[in-house]
Amino acid sequence: MRTTLTINGATHDVDADPRTTLLDALRNHLGLTGTKKGCDHGQCGACTVIADGRRINSCLTLACMMDGVEITTIEGLGEPGDLLPLQDAFVRHDGYQCGYCTPGQICSATAMLDEVAQGWPSVVTDDLTGDASLTDAEIAERMSGNLCRCAAYPNIVDAIKDAADRTADQREAAE
Amino acid sequence: MTPFDYDRATEVTQAIDAGRIIAGGTNLLDLMKLGVETPDRLTDINRLDLKTIEEHQGGLRIGALVSNSDLAADARVRRDWPVLSRALLSGASGQLRNMATTGGNLLQRTRCYYFQDVSSPCNKRDPGSGCAAMGGATRLHAILGGSEHCIATHPSDMAVAMQALDASVEIEGRDGARTVPLSRFYLLPGDRPDIETELEPGELITAVTLPPPPPGRQTYRKVRDRASYAFALVSVAGIVAMEDGRIAQAALAFGGVAPRPWRDPEVETALAGREPTAETFDAAADILLRDAEGHGGNDFKIPLLRRTLRAVLTDLTTEG
Amino acid sequence: MTIHTRMDDADRRNRLDDMAQGVLSTAMDRPDGPLKVSGRAPYAHEVQPEGMLHGVFVRAPRIGRVVSLDDAAARAMDGVETVVTDDRLLRNPAQGTANEAPVQGPREVFYVGQPIALVVARTFETARAAALSVGVEIADAERAPVAPQDYDSPDKKQSSQGDLDAAMRDAAVTVDRMYTTPAHSSAPMEPHAAIAEWDGDRLTLRGSLQMLKFNRNELADSLGIDPKNLRILSPYVGGGFGSKLGVAPEAVAAAIAAQETGRPVGVALSRQQVFEATMRRSETRQRVRLAADAEGRLTGIGHDAWVSNLPDESYSEPVTQATPFTYRGENRVIGHHVARVSRTCAGSVRAPGEAVGITVFEIAMDELAHAAGIDPVELRRRNIPDRDPTKDIPFSSNMLAQALDAGAAAFGWDDSRPAPGSRREGEWMIGQGMASAVRVNNLAEAKARVTLNPDGTALVETDMTDIGTGSYAILTQIAAEMLGLPPERVEVRLGDTDLPPGSGSGGSVGASSSGSAVFLACQGVRERLAEAMGVAETDLTLKDGQAIADNRSTPLGDVIDGPVEALGHIEPGKTSKAVRQATWGAYFAEVAVNSVTGETRVRRMHGTFAAGRILNAKTARSQCLGGMTFGIGMALTEELMHDARDGHVVNRDLAEYHIPVNADVPQITVELLMEERDPWTNPMQAKGIGELGICGAAAAIVNAIHQATGVRVRDLPATLDKVMAGLED
Repeated sequence: MRTTLTINGATHDVDADPRTTLLDALRNHLGLTGTKKGCDHGQCGACTVIADGRRINSCLTLACMMDGVEITTIEGLGEPGDLLPLQDAFVRHDGYQCGYCTPGQICSATAMLDEVAQGWPSVVTDDLTGDASLTDAEIAERMSGNLCRCAAYPNIVDAIKDAADRTADQREAAE
Repeated sequence: MTPFDYDRATEVTQAIDAGRIIAGGTNLLDLMKLGVETPDRLTDINRLDLKTIEEHQGGLRIGALVSNSDLAADARVRRDWPVLSRALLSGASGQLRNMATTGGNLLQRTRCYYFQDVSSPCNKRDPGSGCAAMGGATRLHAILGGSEHCIATHPSDMAVAMQALDASVEIEGRDGARTVPLSRFYLLPGDRPDIETELEPGELITAVTLPPPPPGRQTYRKVRDRASYAFALVSVAGIVAMEDGRIAQAALAFGGVAPRPWRDPEVETALAGREPTAETFDAAADILLRDAEGHGGNDFKIPLLRRTLRAVLTDLTTEG
Repeated sequence: MTIHTRMDDADRRNRLDDMAQGVLSTAMDRPDGPLKVSGRAPYAHEVQPEGMLHGVFVRAPRIGRVVSLDDAAARAMDGVETVVTDDRLLRNPAQGTANEAPVQGPREVFYVGQPIALVVARTFETARAAALSVGVEIADAERAPVAPQDYDSPDKKQSSQGDLDAAMRDAAVTVDRMYTTPAHSSAPMEPHAAIAEWDGDRLTLRGSLQMLKFNRNELADSLGIDPKNLRILSPYVGGGFGSKLGVAPEAVAAAIAAQETGRPVGVALSRQQVFEATMRRSETRQRVRLAADAEGRLTGIGHDAWVSNLPDESYSEPVTQATPFTYRGENRVIGHHVARVSRTCAGSVRAPGEAVGITVFEIAMDELAHAAGIDPVELRRRNIPDRDPTKDIPFSSNMLAQALDAGAAAFGWDDSRPAPGSRREGEWMIGQGMASAVRVNNLAEAKARVTLNPDGTALVETDMTDIGTGSYAILTQIAAEMLGLPPERVEVRLGDTDLPPGSGSGGSVGASSSGSAVFLACQGVRERLAEAMGVAETDLTLKDGQAIADNRSTPLGDVIDGPVEALGHIEPGKTSKAVRQATWGAYFAEVAVNSVTGETRVRRMHGTFAAGRILNAKTARSQCLGGMTFGIGMALTEELMHDARDGHVVNRDLAEYHIPVNADVPQITVELLMEERDPWTNPMQAKGIGELGICGAAAAIVNAIHQATGVRVRDLPATLDKVMAGLED
């Protein structure tokens, strides 16, 4: 069946079996292999993409359900020579080793920072009615949907904090 | 995944007596890939207008398509129904909560290893084939409410909190709308573990309603094998109101221990009017666990549930 | 030209310290980083040729003999091209460095989940549905039991010196305990995958593999083709941890299917298949006996291990590998016992042997410390031997004492031996624990080619892989340092069997072995430059693209008029037997244990490690972080559960096989003892560090749980039920 997908600002007509997940459409039909398949069951987060501003597991949605949704994949976030601050922070802090979970980590962290900015609480937030802060424990909890077997977790936390601080500094400087 | 026809409902009526309903897809697609679910028609309801949370008779009416994230982050829920917010936030991951819906979460299927493995017998998946969990690995399994045919647990956190909050489920069918209290929504396995809820074939969950915020303090405590991103071994949703140093009323629901979000009115009765002492809590735990039965790998849930219940009650009855 | 070195003698020249570029050992960012963070690094299943077909395995639902395979429904599906049941299909992956095919044949089923056919279709969706539709009839056949029962004790794996029984009898303090560790899965994030494409009789295979020169022979032998007609590409590997050491069923099946269909075929394992059809670490039972005098000095050590594997597998988890030399003790008995089982194949999982052997031994050492009333750090200090006490040979270097002292200081170790259960914060009971880290060090044969161009760029080529370990980074740094080039002027090409055979990634040999080959190749290039300059190589300084000698500084382009190429070739030699080589470290952990539920949270964790010359402080640290996190999993959550009735892996997904998530891991700190140079290991004086971080890490946590609660868990992992059982009601 035909579906029009909007990915990283470009539209793609995909003619695929209705059983095709968004993840498999990206990898097998569109050549966008930056989005990884780690478990295919929503248990690892390697396939995380951003759909209408929210992080989702692309393995657990069908491509045919996604027409009209703005999808951002890792390929839409920055490229070598022109990395976003978060990607650059992952490089400097060694927030990866094998790199396979990394695109999912970065897509997830990008949207996670938006969730914090919107004041969404997490399960480790003491006061549900207060503001969300970006402590190590908050970052770790909010990033727990992205497994990393090389176990770069401490570096991932550092990279996210670093990028968030830089973004905040830039915002302050702009104000 | 066996082939299916895909259609999309844009009106609620199109989703009644339609194909297998898909909303967030986080559980259904998971099971379709394993061959556990094999629908030949899928009806996508994501474009239905069921995504709002509105105030309703002093409580809330939560559209069936409200995502777990939106529900957890809703300012009213965070303020007045924190047990629900905490339960939601303790479940799954940020990504999954963005996809998973209120209606879908209620209908989540068990994580029983054998249910998910199509080469194992399973009365829930294949009625009459037997129960491989009996005599097998049972770390995830029920100590309450099971039968010789099935000891699978319901995996939801959200539904446990809703159970404690006396939520109701709004259902649309070919004969119109009906409302079923959550306390009656889930069925115990008995000899038909494949039939899990009151929902009739062709019906659609359209909303969950919460009554006005209950008095007292609320908490959700989840005990699991990892610090995050793991299903509950035991969870307790607790709401306790104190009056003059005594428990005025308590609402308690339990996850990870039974085929449905477990609630036992006798436990609450035993607490009402009592002083919050260790003896009171132990008496309540005795009632809760009077028919508890372990199956080897889950024997530990019996003392764990007792201890967790006591700690939750201590927490909710101690000013601080 | 080829520069060849056999490590027959210590190399104390420390040549790398004479170099001037100043990039080696620094915390340089990985050159492959920008590709990885932008999703542009291509892994095995990501360069899909036009017209590629998708293959999905049919799994055996029980053990026995395949009587019939009903694939009529599958073949009737639109888009199904073939169902492969070729006799060459592998039973299980090859063991690391096997260099030949493992057991083959899809009719005899030795474990539940064994791949027994490959369904090939035009789309993945069709292949997956078709594979599930295949009906499999399996009859009983004579098989090993599904759980370990009878153990063999091969003579060459038993050893004994002195009289341990007497030592135990005469000791002031003893420990004699049984411990168990469960089976583990490597669970790399990238599932095993392969894409096969034939061009006439030549096969190109893109795979997710760790040791390409062996994999080429294993795959060729499996297929019955000449290795010369086979090229394997593995430029990026999404984690291995041992599970991708040997060629595996997906590669062989993809190659056969591609041959049958005349089209390229890709096969990626499902996560469930990764759990049941790649390697597991064997479960272990271990008996540890310790005899010590009143001061805690060991007089006797006994370490027996019981492990399992499939029939016809020579590998068995080398649990006691480091027991002969870690601590003193003149009376010593080591036993090794293997049961044959019908379970998923056992093979290497990160740090085979020490990962579970040292972990258990270090729990026993903690028990000894408590029994003797001695601070656990001090107990270890008192038992560091002067020489390998079993072989009576010197250590190449023994950094355990330094690691213990530095680690204790960095962590803030409390040596006052607080009573178990004495520190509380609300519901949480707080405790600290520590353990030593030990891992044997090896060197493997490796070759690499280095080409220096007159424009001041260099190319490094070897079939070495980077499985996340940092090969791209450290080989860049070695070449940049030796040739005096900024790192961005060095290109490293890896993961291609058309390139000179490196060591591959496994057993922590990759960096030191392949790195030494690059070092030697660079030495060859330096000799050519020195010759052109008319000076001795040792008088030549290379820096920032300039050749400096005799107070002359000359751009490289003026020294050479064309590319200069050299091949480096390192081989292990007499130093591997003449001295005991190992890497050393110490772990410290602080845990909080919930007094209600028994849940354990690791609050703080620190490791200090010594591994000779550290080649990249950033990637070495990350390797240690990763190892210690594996240790957290081993201590608290990871257990491959086998069904007692048919041996199948019950928790075969990432929801129920609990590898640590971000929230399980604190901001671990790592200290590297940068100054160590081990002359016996290789010309770089470097040692492997990829596995050291797991070798005992779990013990620090289990020991901390004991100090927090008084509960001694001897059956890993220390899940909450086991801890809770020992807590007050």
